[in-house]
Formats: sequence, C-alpha cells, structure tokens
Amino acid sequence: MTATAGRATPVTALWDEIAGQVAAGRRFAGLMGTQRDDGLLLSAHLAGPGQVTTHEVRLPPGARSYPALTPVLGAAFWYERELHDLFGIVPDGHPRLEPLILPQPVRHGPLPRPGAPGGGDASGEGDGGAGAIWPDVHAVPRHVLGAGLFTIPHGPVRSGVMESIEYLVETPGEDIPHLNLRIFYKHRGIEKRFERLPAADGVLLAERTEGVASVAHALAFAHAAERIGGVEEIPWRAALVRVLHAELERLAAHLDAATRLADAAGLAVAAARFGLHKERIARLTGRMCGSRFGRGVVVPGGVSALPGIAAADLLDEAGRLQRSIESDVRVLMGTASFLDRLRGTGRLAPARAAEHGTLGPVGKASGYRDDARRARPYDAYDSLGFSAPQEHADGDALARLRVRWDELRQSFHLIRQAADELADAGDGPLAVPCEFGSGRAVGWAEGPHGEVLYDLRTEDGRITRCRPRSPSFHNLVLFHEVFHTDILTDFPFIEASFGLSIAGAAL
Amino acid sequence: MSPWVLRGLRDGVVTTRWPKRPDGYADTWRGPVVVTGPPPPGDDPAAVCPTGAISRGPGAEVAVDQGRCVLCGRCVRRFPDVFAFSAGIGAASLTRPGLVVPPLPGTERDLAAVRASLAERTAALRRSVHLRHVDAGSDGTEEQEIAALLNPVYDIHRLGIYFTASPRHADVLLVTGAGAYGMAEPLRRTYDGMPDPKIVIAVGTDAVSGGLLGDGTYATSGGVGSVLPVDVWLPGSPPPPFAILYALLLALGRLPSAPAGTGGGR
Repeated sequence: MTATAGRATPVTALWDEIAGQVAAGRRFAGLMGTQRDDGLLLSAHLAGPGQVTTHEVRLPPGARSYPALTPVLGAAFWYERELHDLFGIVPDGHPRLEPLILPQPVRHGPLPRPGAPGGGDASGEGDGGAGAIWPDVHAVPRHVLGAGLFTIPHGPVRSGVMESIEYLVETPGEDIPHLNLRIFYKHRGIEKRFERLPAADGVLLAERTEGVASVAHALAFAHAAERIGGVEEIPWRAALVRVLHAELERLAAHLDAATRLADAAGLAVAAARFGLHKERIARLTGRMCGSRFGRGVVVPGGVSALPGIAAADLLDEAGRLQRSIESDVRVLMGTASFLDRLRGTGRLAPARAAEHGTLGPVGKASGYRDDARRARPYDAYDSLGFSAPQEHADGDALARLRVRWDELRQSFHLIRQAADELADAGDGPLAVPCEFGSGRAVGWAEGPHGEVLYDLRTEDGRITRCRPRSPSFHNLVLFHEVFHTDILTDFPFIEASFGLSIAGAAL
Repeated sequence: MSPWVLRGLRDGVVTTRWPKRPDGYADTWRGPVVVTGPPPPGDDPAAVCPTGAISRGPGAEVAVDQGRCVLCGRCVRRFPDVFAFSAGIGAASLTRPGLVVPPLPGTERDLAAVRASLAERTAALRRSVHLRHVDAGSDGTEEQEIAALLNPVYDIHRLGIYFTASPRHADVLLVTGAGAYGMAEPLRRTYDGMPDPKIVIAVGTDAVSGGLLGDGTYATSGGVGSVLPVDVWLPGSPPPPFAILYALLLALGRLPSAPAGTGGGR
C-alpha cells in the first residue's frame, strides 16, 4: 500500500492513511481541489456508516505537481485527471493523464481553477496548465495494437437521442478488447458557475447539474446548505415530500433504463409499454409540483409547497401504477430472447466493484451495496421501513436490471408509507429558515444512479466553492472494464444497463 | 403466441389526438411566466429573477423574456398579482424577440415576414420529416423529453415525423443545451452535413439563452444562437414533449389555424 514510501510528505502520508481506511472498509467517495490564496487544497471524501469524512492537505503556493493517489488507490484515476484539467497540477505517477473534462477550445484559455478568490469565470494565468502538451482530439488514440485492429469513434454526435459523449472503440471487427471514453464535449463549467451565486440560487443550478437526478442533486445541495446553516431538523411534512419526489425520480430513471434495454433488444411492444409507464410517472410528478422532473420542490430548510394532489389520490395512483408496471415486468423477465441478451453481458466482477466503491445499481448488481438512504439516512428515511435487500452478485446487465426492479418495489413501498404519513401529519410550516452565512459542509443523497455528493463552501451568504460529485462520474470510468467477451452488438445493452448521465459526469 | 401481442392491446389507444383534437394535458400545462398586471410601486420585481428574465421598461411596466425563464416560480410566488405561469404548450416563437411578453412593438410585423419565408423553405418537406438531435451541453432532461415523443402517448410517427441517424437524411435539427464550446464544432459539422432546406430548433431555455448558466462562461456560449441560425426558439426547463411537438409543427407550418389551448403561433 505504501507506493510512496521513502519520500514521505504530508501528501503521501495522507494518501497512505486514506488507502488504509479504504482497506479497512470505508468507501472512497471522491477527490477534489479548491484553489486558494495559500495554495491548492486537496480534499478527499470517505463514506462510512452515518457520515462522510473529509481529509485534506494543502499544496504550497505555486506547486506544479504532487505525488499521485491513483497508484495507491485506483478509484482516484478520473478524479486526478480532472484536477489536472481544472488546475493544471500534475499528479506525479498517474498512469494516463489525458484530458478528461476540458474540451480543446477551452483548454487554450486560462484554467478554470474552481475556488480561486474572486470567483466568476476562468481566472489565473497560464495556458494549458503546467506546460503540458495536449493531444490533438482529432487524432484517434490507439492503445491496442495489432494486425487488423482499428478504432471506431462513436460520438460525440450519436444516432438516436443521446447525450454527447465519444466512445473510442478499439476492435478487430467484433470483439471489444479496449474502449476509451471522452466526456469533455459537453463540459458546461458548472463548478465555476456555482461560485458567487447567492446560496439561495444554488439549489436551482444543482437541479440542472444532472437533470435526470434533479431531486437528488437538490437534496444533496440542500443537506450541505442546511449543515452550514445549522438546521438540525426540517419539518416532518417537508421530509416526507422530499422522499416522495426522490422515489418518483428513481422510478422514472429505472423505467427509462428498462425502455432502453427493451428497445436495444428490438422488443417494440415492451419498449412502448415501459415508455408509457415512464410517461405516467412524469405526469404524476408534474401534477404534484408543476415540473415533470420534480424541480422547484426542494429548498434549503424544507420544501416549497405540498404536492398538488391529495395523499389519498397519490396512494391510489401509485397502487394502479405499481400493478400495471409489475405485470409487464413479469412478462419481460420471462421473455427468453431478451434475457439471453443481458445474461453475462457487461460483467463487472464483485471484487473490482468493491475495490472501486461502485455506486448505485451498478455496484449493487456486483454485490457492493452502499445505499445512502440506509447507511447515512437523511430526511424521513430513518423513520420509514425498508424491505430486506435482495442479494445480487452476478454483475452482468441482467443483475443490474434485477436490482432496478428490486429498487422499484422498494420505491413504491416508500412512497406508500410517506403518503400515508403525510395524510395525517397535521400542519405547520414547510420550511425552516436556513441562514447560509459562512461555512463548509458536505451533503449527500441517494439518486437513481447512486450517491450524489456535494462539497459546499460559502462566505457571507455567497457560494465560493461547490463541487457536485455525481454517481455518473464515479461509475462511468468502469465502462472501460466491462467488455471482457462482449461484442459490438452488446454495446447498447451495457450502456443502457449502466444508465448513467453524461451531464453529471462532464459537469 | 408471444405475450407481448396482448400486452400491446391492454390499455387500448393511449395516443393523443392532438393537434386534431384538444388534449387536456396540453391545455393545462404550466408554461413560462407571463405578465398579468402592473408591478407594485417601490418593489423591483427584476431582482427576484435568478436569470434576469424580468426587466423594467422606461415607465412602470415590466416585461418577461421567456427565453430566459427557467420556471422556478419565484416571481409568481412573490408577486402573484404581477406574474403567472402561462397555460398551454405554445411557448415556441419563430423569432428571439418574439419570446418577450408583453410583445414588443413591431414583433407581429416581423413575425409575419419570418413565417412567410419559413413556409417557403418548408413547403418541400410536405408530410415526411426527419429529425436529427444534437446535445450541445444540456442537463439531460431535454433528451428525455425529446425521446418521449416516441412513446405511445405522443407517437410522432403518426404525423410522418421520424428520427434519423444521419444528418444527410435530416430536415430538422433539434439542438439542446447551453452551447458547450466542446460541441460547437461537432454541431456545426452536423448542420453543414444536412441538405437544404433545413430547420434548426433550439429546444429548452438553456439552448435559447444559456438559462442558469448565463450569457456565456468559459465553457458555454449562452445558447446555441451564436453557433447556428435558429428558426424556432422553444423555452422551457425542460419543455415537455407536447411543447416540442408544437414547436415542430410551428416550424413546418402544420399547426391548425386555432390549435386547442395553445395560445396560437407566434
């Protein structure tokens, strides 16, 4: 574990400590940088029962490199590439320091350096960062060499209605021995955009950081803001409304994944059925709050309003939807031609999933189950009952779909309990005042794809640094590794079974 | 027999009849904010808007640029006598200034000219239209709503509208997102690859103005209007499938003269 032994510095000492804690069972939840007057602050987050702890080390001003964490802890692979992109700092010993989130036109300007005093847009001197030579994005890199091998550049403009990402598929024609991802095309500069926003506006941007997990991002942001504001507890009804929307969002995302899988298998009726179910969930969400994605509900300190429909109607509707969906699920999971395409496809080994601290359904399907709703409960979750989780460890696309069906039942179960509670929860305010002031806190919420984490820093009511960490960013890197014996036609199944959002990864 | 055959019949016809018949869901949709009354003296309504969509005229009047509205509802909650959510799905406009409510003087005249020239270009498309979508830095929701057009509720195939995988076959380009610089060149190359006549629809407030990402940052250009010539501007955060369908039919000149509950084309 001590790849850095012999030249101990504060940085390597921290890396060794983090690696030790991860080996002892804590989960590596992210590494992020903050530019400050007195140097670059590196913050690593470790998740465990009940809390997320933050471990920090500050590099001296003007430092151009530091010993990389990746050789000690592989899960930091993308995080350190991102640090290199945003701050121009070189993690010494990193195995492949290619650009990850900054696209070519932006790379030639000043570096963003989130957290830099003064905030606003890109600041700081230097071009391209620490004298690095950036590769030409139009040249297609090759990592596997041999006779007859070629690279298919798949994206960033892809067939179908998809978010922009480029997959560089290296193949001899059918197998996929290697695959590379470029997520920088749709980088939007979200982290810099948070800076200098009034903290009350931050939740609106959080909702638009990763739209398919709008509620989860709003919750994680609000939890961080509430910690800074010293809000001990939000009103009970607000906690229940938050649960309702978070679970509806999960239903919509899982139904979307099922629709895409059915579509990939050419099951037109199944795709239509699950598309219809998803539309019904979106409409129910829209009737409750006016947005089909649950936007505008969560505010720091509580929620903005009660659902637009009565709890009894919500219970009825949820019951009808669940019966209708589960009946189609039974048929889908009995359709042999469909199951054949998923079984053994895109397998992520349990040991690899655990080593990476894989989040959400992808992790659960490989036997690594860390669910923030249970392990680090928030809002109303610790008062609501969960049914015992099913064990899955096959790690293939089929296991990931089975996990989604388990979660779907769980979500309906939670929605029923929350609606029941809400029906006789009395009245009173729906939000308590949340003063942002100055402070720093971490907030989390379990989104449809896994844990969303926000590292938030405020000064005098304005945001000075905000780093959203989407499960899409954490899990997407594993896409490299799941194409063992799979071929080109398995690609859409594996992509749909991961079910990730590029917006949250590229920020 | 495959069980799916019967499944397909289970719920009967779920497809909307819109635009031939009114659709209750479309009519009651909560769209971008409109102005319903004069602002109270002393208060500045512009200050509550996180995206600067609200502006004061030279007098006491206020205007809302719906192209910047992210539908957060703050102004509606704070000044219920001044602002309200619009009803219906007809938020799309053929010109960027056409998104300002109440309308600016001269907008109607400009619109008529734009509508006539667009009709000339789209006449050749008739009843078979192929769409290409490009994400230029969206938050991911616009893609969900565009993809929903294929579900059995909207089923745009019934209107002769299809998605195509190649820009070479595309007549309409749906662009989402705030105009990420990384996507500027792929977007332009897609546009250049499309045959004439071609139509560009900016889908969502982010694509129209950058939305919460602002007028332009180090990574985005404040909407796609600076990258491509946009024909239809569709605000919404995100716009629902019905509003996207409305924008499509508006571009193609295929809206009925008085479409139900949509507020008419503009």
